[in-house]
Amino acid sequence: MELLRFFTAGNVDDGKSTLIGRLLYDSKSISTDILETLTKQSKSTGVDANIDLALLTDGLRAEREQGITIDVAYKYFTTDKRKFIIADTPGHVQYTRNMFTGASNTDLAIVLVDARHGITEQTRRHSIISNIVGIPHVLVCINKMDLVNYDEEVYNKIKEDYTHFAESLNLKKVSFIPTSALTGDNVVKHSDNLPWYQGPSLFEFLETVEIEQDFKTQESRFQVQYVIRPQTEQLHDYRGYAGSILSGSFKKGDKIAVHPVDLTTTIEKIEKFGQEVEEAHAGEPVIIHVSDNIDISRGTTFVPVNDSLQTEKTFEAIVCWMDNKSFQPGQKLLLQQNSFRSKAVIKEIDNKINIYNFRSEPSDGSLHLNDFCKVTIKTAETLSFDEYTNNRKTGSFILINENTNNTVAAGVIA
Amino acid sequence: MDYLDQLEAEAIYILREVAGQFERPALLFSGGKDSICLVHLALKAFRPGKFPFPLVHVDTGHNFPEAIEYRDNLAKELEEKLIVRYVADTIKEKNLQDGKGKFPSRNGLQTYTLLDVINEFEFDACIGGARRDEEKARAKERIFSVRDEFGQWDPKKQRPELWNIYNGKIDQGENVRVFPISNWTELDVWNYIKRENIQLPSIYFTHERECIKTEHGQWMNVNEFVQLEPTDKIEKVKVRYRTVGDMTCTAAVESEAHTVDDIIAELKDTKISERGATRMDDRVSEAAMEDRKKGGYF
Repeated sequence: MELLRFFTAGNVDDGKSTLIGRLLYDSKSISTDILETLTKQSKSTGVDANIDLALLTDGLRAEREQGITIDVAYKYFTTDKRKFIIADTPGHVQYTRNMFTGASNTDLAIVLVDARHGITEQTRRHSIISNIVGIPHVLVCINKMDLVNYDEEVYNKIKEDYTHFAESLNLKKVSFIPTSALTGDNVVKHSDNLPWYQGPSLFEFLETVEIEQDFKTQESRFQVQYVIRPQTEQLHDYRGYAGSILSGSFKKGDKIAVHPVDLTTTIEKIEKFGQEVEEAHAGEPVIIHVSDNIDISRGTTFVPVNDSLQTEKTFEAIVCWMDNKSFQPGQKLLLQQNSFRSKAVIKEIDNKINIYNFRSEPSDGSLHLNDFCKVTIKTAETLSFDEYTNNRKTGSFILINENTNNTVAAGVIA
Repeated sequence: MDYLDQLEAEAIYILREVAGQFERPALLFSGGKDSICLVHLALKAFRPGKFPFPLVHVDTGHNFPEAIEYRDNLAKELEEKLIVRYVADTIKEKNLQDGKGKFPSRNGLQTYTLLDVINEFEFDACIGGARRDEEKARAKERIFSVRDEFGQWDPKKQRPELWNIYNGKIDQGENVRVFPISNWTELDVWNYIKRENIQLPSIYFTHERECIKTEHGQWMNVNEFVQLEPTDKIEKVKVRYRTVGDMTCTAAVESEAHTVDDIIAELKDTKISERGATRMDDRVSEAAMEDRKKGGYF
């Protein structure tokens, strides 16, 4: 059975939480005791006798009180075909960082559009963020169809507008589905109210959509997380490099380049769960042994020899600033890419990216919460990376404030 | 990759991040199925090496004897270090009020012992088996969840957690709670137990037990801690436990499930959530879990 991770983005009033509630409710993923609690809550929050499905996802007291989603919530459901992980993210502009966070780890974005309002600034912003995060597939859910009399023309117009807008982005794939989350039209089952729509229901779409797994065919990348040295009598010379294959695959006997020390060696042995294996593929946790005694520690990257991996101390990236406190020039930062960490500084803020039209604008040198900027970063240690559009695993990083330890920015190498 | 392989790989990745980022981590072991899965995952992450952390158990004194026996056997068999600290000792040392009432719970009291053992060994990371599907406040918590020196969780100050990059950087005195199986559901855990043929304490499977029925219709085990009332009717019921918490706050469910397969079939059919079926401590209020976490609980 496959695993599909997707995230939902929508404005507070687009019915995003209701849509998720509906998916869980109609797929029978909600237990009766939780439904009972919801019914009680719905009454106490003044919503009518219908269960307020949004209460399912808004798990914090502050969210229930304010009736909004603030933080990412993770929800799970399983059908006979797939397991799903939903990152339910807030749509409001002040929580852009939470949306970026929820999106970072997913294969599919669901962008909700209110059929009455068509493409709005929110739609554009959500789509552009999905684009920067590199989501392979965007599903545009044209919701609240019940409020426009299930009118096909309304649907077609929005579809046309969106397609036109999406031309300026690099989204790999875009799909459209008309729904009403509140009434359940076309969420799980086809709706008689939408006879003109021949495509799949949202549920059918989620169960069958192809999961893009670029990382399987990409250049081979491995990074050391932890060095295993039992130092017992029997395993006196055992020295294994534990980590996960980030992309591509590695075989016993492969000649590899080791970065950042820039030396070459050979894979002597690959172990997986105590068994020796000939070959290991993207996503698998393994222990790799090499034939030479060279300086390898946490954060060291293995790639095939003569590979296109870039190794630099200065590079350009798009960062999303996530800290409430704005960036201070000269601020001491740590850059973390998977398990690699180095001191870093932002040397220059080159451009600001307008998240409503994806255009670059001149920067005034500031970097505030939720800003997206193209920046030049300098690290103390050499970073081994790929451009994010080529490899999401080796092209992404976070910046940590050395003083507060907070994650202050997320970046993609451009 | 199959979904169980993906969940397994994610958990192992997280465990190795803990080993790589922290100096004095610990694995909180309760004897329940979720922490048993964690131990199994740690074997896959670190063998032939030793675990880079001890197993730590906060023994409330109200644990099921089957879980305690399992715990001791497991540590011995794996030759890993086990640290046990007792809530009863904390109550004495700190002169605390023990749980009262018909089902005298030590659920709140165990937070004191937990914070003490963290201080005693200066643990900078504590790995736990909590899952996001258990409860809606948990659904909002990070995989690396930073706690202040009082062990408190502040949902508004959570660090953004992007891709598979975990920021475990903390100051002296703080610690991180780490939840490697955050993305697993109850059913995923059982499917994994089946696939990996993991042995569990016997109370997870059907057995006959003397119980009384609570006002909410839950079956509570009769034991030395429960204050029986004259109106209580002791009945012999065929039950099993869906979660293994304290005897004083965990209810049994009626079940004929003898095997892991039976349990999986039962769960696919059930209409009641794991905590809803078995926990008395979450019923107090809508934000019960959120509040306990803010107070240092897991």
